Amino acid sequence: MNQISTFERIVRGLLIALVLLFFLFPIFWILLMSFQTNEQILRIPPSLFFEPTLQNYVALLTGRLQTAAGNLDIAFMRNLGNSLLLSTSSVLLALALGVPAAYAFARYKFRLGESIAFTLLSFRFAPPLLVLLPLSLFFRQLHLTDTYIGLIWVYQLICLPLILWIVRGYFEDISPDIEHAYRISGHGWWKTFRKIAIPLARPGIAAAGLLAFIFAWNNFIFALILASASKQPVTVGALAFVTASGIQYGQIAAAIVLSVTPTLLLALYAQRYLVEGLSLGAVKG
Amino acid sequence: MTSLELRNVSKGFKSGKVLDDVSLSVTAGEIVVVFGPSGTGKTVLLRMIAGVHYPDTGTIAIDGEDVTEASPEARGVGMAFQNFALFPHFSTFENIASPLEARETPASKVKEQVGAIARMLKIDHVLGHAPRELSNGQKQRTALARALVAQPKVLLLDDPLRNVDAKLRYEMRMELPRLLRTFNAAVIYVTQDYKEAMALGDRIAVLRNGRIEQWAMPTTVYREPVSIEVARLFGDPTINLLPCKLEMNGAGGQVTVFGRRVPISGAYAHAVGRDLVAGLRPEHVVVTETEAPDAMQFDLDAVMPVNVRSVLYLRGAAGEELLATVSESESARFGRGQRKVWVRFAPGDLLLFDAASGQRIAPQVH
Repeated sequence: MNQISTFERIVRGLLIALVLLFFLFPIFWILLMSFQTNEQILRIPPSLFFEPTLQNYVALLTGRLQTAAGNLDIAFMRNLGNSLLLSTSSVLLALALGVPAAYAFARYKFRLGESIAFTLLSFRFAPPLLVLLPLSLFFRQLHLTDTYIGLIWVYQLICLPLILWIVRGYFEDISPDIEHAYRISGHGWWKTFRKIAIPLARPGIAAAGLLAFIFAWNNFIFALILASASKQPVTVGALAFVTASGIQYGQIAAAIVLSVTPTLLLALYAQRYLVEGLSLGAVKG
Repeated sequence: MTSLELRNVSKGFKSGKVLDDVSLSVTAGEIVVVFGPSGTGKTVLLRMIAGVHYPDTGTIAIDGEDVTEASPEARGVGMAFQNFALFPHFSTFENIASPLEARETPASKVKEQVGAIARMLKIDHVLGHAPRELSNGQKQRTALARALVAQPKVLLLDDPLRNVDAKLRYEMRMELPRLLRTFNAAVIYVTQDYKEAMALGDRIAVLRNGRIEQWAMPTTVYREPVSIEVARLFGDPTINLLPCKLEMNGAGGQVTVFGRRVPISGAYAHAVGRDLVAGLRPEHVVVTETEAPDAMQFDLDAVMPVNVRSVLYLRGAAGEELLATVSESESARFGRGQRKVWVRFAPGDLLLFDAASGQRIAPQVH
């Protein structure tokens, strides 16, 4: 039954290799580019063999970009810091708000409950540009333009609905009887939430948090419009590499490698929570 | 002393009324079985006592104290769920210890008490395991241990044997009453298995359509069911129901079943002229291969062995169906059926019900 023919195994291996090549080759190429000078990158035909240079990384880390047209200051490290600050605090805030809200939507029926949940989801339907014009006007009046707090607030449009809806599904999958049993044992509501509901929904919370982080990290348009250079994340900061003397492909590649790293590390860390079995064997079935 | 008292409790959900004016009382050390078909509000009743649901009207008192509005953690009851509801991320030990931990019992005492109850329920060797590593029987015992460990005054058992295999269910049915006696709690045991109800209950509340239809000792429910429905629910195979009419014949009465007049006590005189249904328990039907006085001839269609007794499917001359049970040793004589047999029964075993209301007609002794 489980016997797989040699032919099948070869075909399967080939297909997997093709898919991996398709998805991973661009990343590999960018990694190579990050160790090349602009001249090496633009050479025709391109070559896999070159003398690696750390010049791109040095330029990014020191913040000084040397081009044919002269020296240029770039704020990449600051942008990276901004990205980390904005994404992390947005996700933390969204988790703090969204997880209890998701629990409420999953466990309790209340007036307008479904409408509120749907309204929150609908933030994800609206094209960001449509929302941005009125938002930028409000922000000016509220003096929130070009502040971290303002950006974190706007990022809730991205993170909160995502966390709310994913985590809600996980809470709904937990048998309410498990929580009832804990309450009947003599534990209060808050302890039941902390000791039963949250741990059992942890795979969902981890997945939602990771996704929200990625979406927040990749966001471009909100920060472009609502913040100035000093508060902008890497996605906007990368625009600085399009200089008067040409596009700095080497630095862009190095910047990509650096800016992918935090998300990658987070994904690796969250992975074990993602696969953690949920409530297996707790109830019958 | 009454440990648990429900007074005129009603509860409805959006879909309609689930419990209607239910009153119950349980004394310490007593096991009350709430018996009924599924969907009659048995579980809702338990959950209201536990504090998971709140009644619309009526009051619930534990040990004389009104807990109608109290939250679940303030009631100090123990409950075992039908689906076990173990905490999947806790070990068996932590699961059982959870009520003690909530009562802030010192760690050494927790260990001692959990160990004691686990030994009693024969799960002391799996205390370190996670619930998913347990067999269904062990899960059920863990759930039971968790409900019992804090020695609650009120113990609620929601069909705890529903999801365990037949052999274990049989064992637990023998073991549970003894175990529960040692705890001296007021026990409410919910089931839809009449044998379990008979085996465990000191008193039985038959719940149907949200109302307590009968509230009596197990043997009374069996011998004198208040209605056709209770008679049908309580007993397996189902009671035979035969439409009939009662006529008076001098001092005694008689009913006609299977085309034969059967003499019956004069104490039923008040039911003359009404449409009746006679109920006859299968085990009261005597089946023989040879003709006997007063016996009627039936076709034996099939023989089905069930546990220690076999069920005989009989058909009368006019096509009426009749179920009878015989002991296993007797059933060997009937082979696989397909033959003529002779059937009789003692008229005193007939239960009479009013056909219109379904209520049992009790004999009136003057």
